[in-house]
Amino acid sequence: MNKIKKLTHQTEFYIFLVIIVLALIIQARSDQFFTGNNLVDLANALIVPALFSIGTFMIIVSGGIDVSFPALAALASYIVTVVLNGMNYTGPIIVPFIFAGAIGLACGAFNGLFIAKMRLPALIATLGTQSVFRGILQGALNAQQINTLPPSMKEFGQSSLFVSQNADGVTSMMPTAFLALVVVVVIAFIILRYTMLGRGIYAIGGDESSANRAGFKVVKTKFFVYCFAGVIAGITGIIRACMMNMVHPTNMFGMEMTVIAAIVLGGTSITGGTGTLTGTILGIFLLTMVQNSLIMLGVPAYWQDFMTGLLIIIGTAVSSVQILRSQKQRKPSLSKAGS
Amino acid sequence: MQEEYILKATDIIKSFAGVKALQGVNLEIKKGEIHCLAGENGCGKSTLIKIISGVYSLDSGKVEFNGVDQTHQLSPINAIMNGIQVIYQDFSIFPNLSVMENLAYNSELMQKRKFVNWKRFRAIAEEAVSKINFNVDLEAKVGTLPVADKQLVAISRALINNAKLIIMDEPTTALTKKEVEALFRIIKDLQSQGIAILFVSHKLDEVFEISERFTILRNGQNVKDGDTSELDSDKFTYYMTGRHFENKHFTAEVKDEKPVLEVRNLSCEGDYQDVTFDLRKGEILGITGLLGSGRTELALSLFGLKKPTSGKILMDGKEVKLTSVQEAMKNKIGYVPEDRLTEGLFLDQSIGRNIVISELKDLSSRIGMIDQEKRQSEVGRWVDELKIKVADPDLPASTLSGGNQQRIVLAKWLATNPKVLILNGPTVGVDIGSKHDMHAILHELANSGLGIIIISDDLPEVITNCSRVLIMRGGKITGEVDPLQVTEADLAKQVTDVAVNG
Repeated sequence: MNKIKKLTHQTEFYIFLVIIVLALIIQARSDQFFTGNNLVDLANALIVPALFSIGTFMIIVSGGIDVSFPALAALASYIVTVVLNGMNYTGPIIVPFIFAGAIGLACGAFNGLFIAKMRLPALIATLGTQSVFRGILQGALNAQQINTLPPSMKEFGQSSLFVSQNADGVTSMMPTAFLALVVVVVIAFIILRYTMLGRGIYAIGGDESSANRAGFKVVKTKFFVYCFAGVIAGITGIIRACMMNMVHPTNMFGMEMTVIAAIVLGGTSITGGTGTLTGTILGIFLLTMVQNSLIMLGVPAYWQDFMTGLLIIIGTAVSSVQILRSQKQRKPSLSKAGS
Repeated sequence: MQEEYILKATDIIKSFAGVKALQGVNLEIKKGEIHCLAGENGCGKSTLIKIISGVYSLDSGKVEFNGVDQTHQLSPINAIMNGIQVIYQDFSIFPNLSVMENLAYNSELMQKRKFVNWKRFRAIAEEAVSKINFNVDLEAKVGTLPVADKQLVAISRALINNAKLIIMDEPTTALTKKEVEALFRIIKDLQSQGIAILFVSHKLDEVFEISERFTILRNGQNVKDGDTSELDSDKFTYYMTGRHFENKHFTAEVKDEKPVLEVRNLSCEGDYQDVTFDLRKGEILGITGLLGSGRTELALSLFGLKKPTSGKILMDGKEVKLTSVQEAMKNKIGYVPEDRLTEGLFLDQSIGRNIVISELKDLSSRIGMIDQEKRQSEVGRWVDELKIKVADPDLPASTLSGGNQQRIVLAKWLATNPKVLILNGPTVGVDIGSKHDMHAILHELANSGLGIIIISDDLPEVITNCSRVLIMRGGKITGEVDPLQVTEADLAKQVTDVAVNG
């Protein structure tokens, strides 16, 4: 009984309900939601935004924000591809991953330097670095679309865990890159749940000066969070390039808003301190689903933005209402304590 | 036998940017005693604590823990290792995390643990709460707990690392009377376990009730220390402020039989019922009652912030509908909310700016530019009217004495020229000197013809400052007393009698 009650107090539960309801509606109207192909396609579309969301989620929990990650990812994937193409690289896929991760680390450290060490406001700092990353990419490097990738990247992009086929013979493949998402989720989960570093991220997001007094290494922890998110963003850039079999310098721009919105929709407080990985993944899933599946309901594409916005407003309203409700419940107990 | 001191701070000097915060302060605490560190705001109490706990470094002086010189090793960790724990006013808690995590983190971090073991967390937390028999759901988020429980979380956490001295910085500020009593029981209990307590406060009754010895600071210097039994309230006030005060009962000078404000059978469902009273020009009416008695809600209704469900409000004999703050102000009712007098000043900003802040709208032109000439004359008018002694209105507000600071705060609320001024808890959290100043100002205002309502649960305050006192209990006015005829104990009984059961 208690557990059920606890469940209904969690945002994740409501998002899950919304997902189920929406899925049933789409299924009823189109008869195509619960098909292998659709689910695999959904998972496919989920990979990149979900990867982005994990690093950004940790940043938001720590009380920060990051809008630079799409630019960072584009920069990393572009540099890696150009360099490897230039040397006619034919080696294993792990090298571009490490290379992109290293560039991501450097860019993340750049963010961390400004935000953790020099205490710049995170939004301003990452708006700045976003422009810097874009500037390097489009100005200094004069980036153009690249249509040929090193062979290992191309192979990775085309490799699949399994392929789903429907009655008409149309196939949908589950990319190997999905494994990367799983690995990153597991690593993030372990950090957040089972290391003092991870608990420190929550603690700092809750009250920075308390965290300092308790002995958490505030600057180091925040620096770590931006570096970690940077590494993930760099690798995500490469994964995106592999999956699309090309590098496009600008087509990830703008994803920062969807990702941040999904994180907030998933119950993470934008001011930091609260939120779960589960909620974040559910939030990303819901938004991806809206963008991918509304088309099956015959909803025109331009209504997707409308629906996305609507979901975000409803989602945040639900948590506000919950807070209001719990405050109301507390009020009588306060006056009782006073009498 | 030589007495053992857990803490001995000698001749501590500390300056901030050339301003001497501490000028050779001494503090000695015996093992297992309850010691009170008192002084007005800004006397250096907090600075001294932060030096002892290693947050600030000292300029010169000597600090010994358990008789060992630690002057050069002072740091937060060192203090904790030596069994000295500070409970700050904000409790240093994580509102977003569970009670269990809040309790476990400090000691886990001290042992430099890198990984989380939730079972160990639970064990640490269970042990901590058991030390003060604190009943709480370890899974609950600390942010959802009442203030008193948050404080208990902080206290239990302090006990984990074998604390020998717990420093509590103004621990009773946000607590109700009952919670303060519970806290005192816990402090006594800790003492019986051999733990010394340094209790930082400027509240006289608390100092008398709980502490055995005291140290009083003023302007960064020791004024007096000794046994609390040698202290009485007049001496205490004198040591803290360096001034003598008389507790003069207020008697209304201006009497006008026609009431300026009449409240008739005013009810607001769930908050208060059937409230009827009059307020005359020049009188100070006290309304007292416990938290939840409806006193605050009544005040809000009189200022248009809470809509009554039935009844009438009359100003100068005419019925008024107070549906909004603007409407209340138009009808010449002013309201000073609870926390405004304590936090109502921008200390770094000039006196002049502080005065005119609530009237900026009237002083600015249509495009939002402030008319500087108009501003100057307005500042001058208020300086005269409130008898503020200012060298130069461009100096920061922090250069004013406490009494003058209070005047400025009031100036902001009087700028709308009210006929009735309602103050909700006018001196909550204000130190003794400023409190007296505040009361003197209210007396003056009443004598100049303003009708004043003081809503307060500070019984001595309403007894000395009001011409009449109404008692609210469970949303109803249950009685009226003449402050000259009633003792504090009597009034306390009338205020609490039924409420305890109901």
